Amino acid sequence: MKMKKLTALLMTAAMIISMVGCGSKPAAQDAAAETAKAEEAPAADKAETTDAADTTEASGDKTVITITFRDDGSTTLKDWFQNAYDTYDKKDSVEVVIAPITASEGDYFAKVALALQSADTAPDIVCEDTFQLPSDVAAGYLTNMESYLKDYKEWNDGTYYGALVDGVTYTDGSAYGIPFNTDTRGLWYNKDVFKQAGLDTDWQPKTWQDIIDTCAVIKEKCPDVVPFWCNSGVATGEGTSMQTYEMLLYGTGEQLLDENDKWIGSSDNILKSLEFLSTIYSDGYGPSLSKVLNGEAGNTSSREYMPNGKLGISLDGFWVTGNYKESGASPWENYQDHLGIAAMPTSEGQAPGSITMSGGWALSIPELADEKDAAFDFIKHCMSYDVYRDMIIKQGNISTRSDIASDPEYSQQPFMQTCTEFLDGAYYRPRNSQYTTVTTHIQTMVESVVSGTSPKDAMEQYKADVINSVGAENVVEK
Amino acid sequence: MKNRNKYNTAEELKHSALLLPSVLLLLLFFVMPILLTIYYSFTNLALSGENAKQLKFIGIDNYISMFRDRTVRVSIINTLIFLIGSLVGQQVLGFMIALMMKNKNKVFRGIVGPIFLAGWIMPEVVVALCCSTFFGDEGTLNRICTTLHLPALEWLYIVPMLTVVLANIWHGTAFSMMNFQSALDGVSSDIEEAARVDGASRVQTLFRVILPCIKNTIATNTMLNTLSTLGVFGLIYMMTGGGPGNATLTLPIFMYRQAFVSQQLGYGTAISMLILVIGIILSVFYTRIIRND
Repeated sequence: MKMKKLTALLMTAAMIISMVGCGSKPAAQDAAAETAKAEEAPAADKAETTDAADTTEASGDKTVITITFRDDGSTTLKDWFQNAYDTYDKKDSVEVVIAPITASEGDYFAKVALALQSADTAPDIVCEDTFQLPSDVAAGYLTNMESYLKDYKEWNDGTYYGALVDGVTYTDGSAYGIPFNTDTRGLWYNKDVFKQAGLDTDWQPKTWQDIIDTCAVIKEKCPDVVPFWCNSGVATGEGTSMQTYEMLLYGTGEQLLDENDKWIGSSDNILKSLEFLSTIYSDGYGPSLSKVLNGEAGNTSSREYMPNGKLGISLDGFWVTGNYKESGASPWENYQDHLGIAAMPTSEGQAPGSITMSGGWALSIPELADEKDAAFDFIKHCMSYDVYRDMIIKQGNISTRSDIASDPEYSQQPFMQTCTEFLDGAYYRPRNSQYTTVTTHIQTMVESVVSGTSPKDAMEQYKADVINSVGAENVVEK
Repeated sequence: MKNRNKYNTAEELKHSALLLPSVLLLLLFFVMPILLTIYYSFTNLALSGENAKQLKFIGIDNYISMFRDRTVRVSIINTLIFLIGSLVGQQVLGFMIALMMKNKNKVFRGIVGPIFLAGWIMPEVVVALCCSTFFGDEGTLNRICTTLHLPALEWLYIVPMLTVVLANIWHGTAFSMMNFQSALDGVSSDIEEAARVDGASRVQTLFRVILPCIKNTIATNTMLNTLSTLGVFGLIYMMTGGGPGNATLTLPIFMYRQAFVSQQLGYGTAISMLILVIGIILSVFYTRIIRND
């Protein structure tokens, strides 16, 4: 009898654990599924690339390089690698496998981190957002490129902008990637909407209040138009942290870290930044939450709302213009006449008057890559003048090579000059391996505020979250 | 006597040997991951950064920060609201449907039953998609509202918790319905008739006769639903992503965010332990109720 009871008890325990275990493991299952998917993707693409390159030989006697990047719906990067391969002089001995990861931005970093942990899944070239780079270097995921860079002429003769070289240099003084694009941010505005609202189409706000006043005019004169759009949700990931929150915070004169490299958990300036956002949404100047809090928000604003005259002002990056080109996702004829760009002012118009954040992406070689030498050689080819110029123009981003700046086709792109000028004095995100965690707390804080939480409560929550993640000894109050 | 024992031992050994492969497989693929998860919850395991390089045993630090974390409290409360809302909704609705279908003719049951089952057999992803389009800006619900000259609302943002609870009820009701159907079929109509002859009203028959008869089914059904609802991830993740803000942040979503978005796997596994503990507590609670009878 006792035995029976005991067996029953044990079985119940096993059942409970297994059921809850099954239920509570979506993350783990997800990870497994992701890995499976990541493994599938190269296989699928392998066939495609092999076809495209018209290679008939067996891949066995060729060096195979796998490239991983984020598929965000545009084909620019894919075309870049394909084009680079087509013009590659070592085509006969090298095969390139284009293996994009289709995922939201946040998931991309998680998938890459998982893939880089094993030699079986690590690609040979990986696209790294420069903010994620220090964290991945600290984890030992990326190859120190110094030994390769010694013989890379363009790297050593100053062709690459110094600030961007710094962006891929880790605290040990070594570079861990080749930057392939950079960007600046500002206030895009639709001149047609401004005309309709009776506003000056040559617009440059001096303070945050000017922006809010302009929004009020647009709302009154054009009730069907969304006056102001900025990434505001968790789903838009880094776009929310960088394009929105940091553009505001750095415009108050404060940064994420203080001069002693401690995270600022609460301050009047954080509050001021959040209050600006709160005003935008509570006064009805922002888009509906269902549009702005989903992962597609950035594309909705730049591809749908702005070109169709449904949006007045958008706080976004230079790359939005890539959409409006003939090859873009949302071609807009003569967009340079309908669109304007203004620098984001500092909060009260204090010096330096305007502010921009700059980031960018880099090509890195994983520590566990099989073909590091071939990978670096291919990176060099991707970054060679002609191949690279075509990509950077198509992407609508700012070149990392200074010699391209004088290329007529590149420099004559609308807004290029203004946005490149913004680069002087641009701020970069903290080169701190904890930033990858803190940035997710920023996103939650911003989403809380726009969905109705008071700025004060949201900031308290942010402080608590940051303390929890980086330790109380690394957080200060101002 | 002696011989038989000997024979038994040999036989048992043979049986055990045959069982060994499956036991080993279970240990390897089932028990070991669970033990590993428990171990990882005491480490600083991370997806990236310095901690990803050096796995360190950090004792109960993860649990201490969990205890201090305000978001954990928010997600426990959200999980309980989601749980209780889903449980009550699924069971009451499931029971009522089962009761109404009792003693109806076969054709009727054959048509109505599968209609409810459709919601249950649908994969979570499809349910989430259906429900987000139903509650969406230009969704069915808002179309109905505008037709009735009511204002269209952003349901997923104004009452996010309600929408995910309703979605889960829609998804899970059929399971309760089936359980209750088989239990109700087991209640002999003689007892009901006897109660009616004794002068019991329909309500009295329901509460005094039928419900006590199927008490055990109710408890078992509650336990099964509790455990499956505690682990719901995809539905909420797809519909609201845990937002807006933290409005629908349940423990599984919070665990995912910590482990894969904030890249702190160790902390994430500690949260999964919390889910496990809550599941065990609730299950023990239900089993006690059953045993007390």
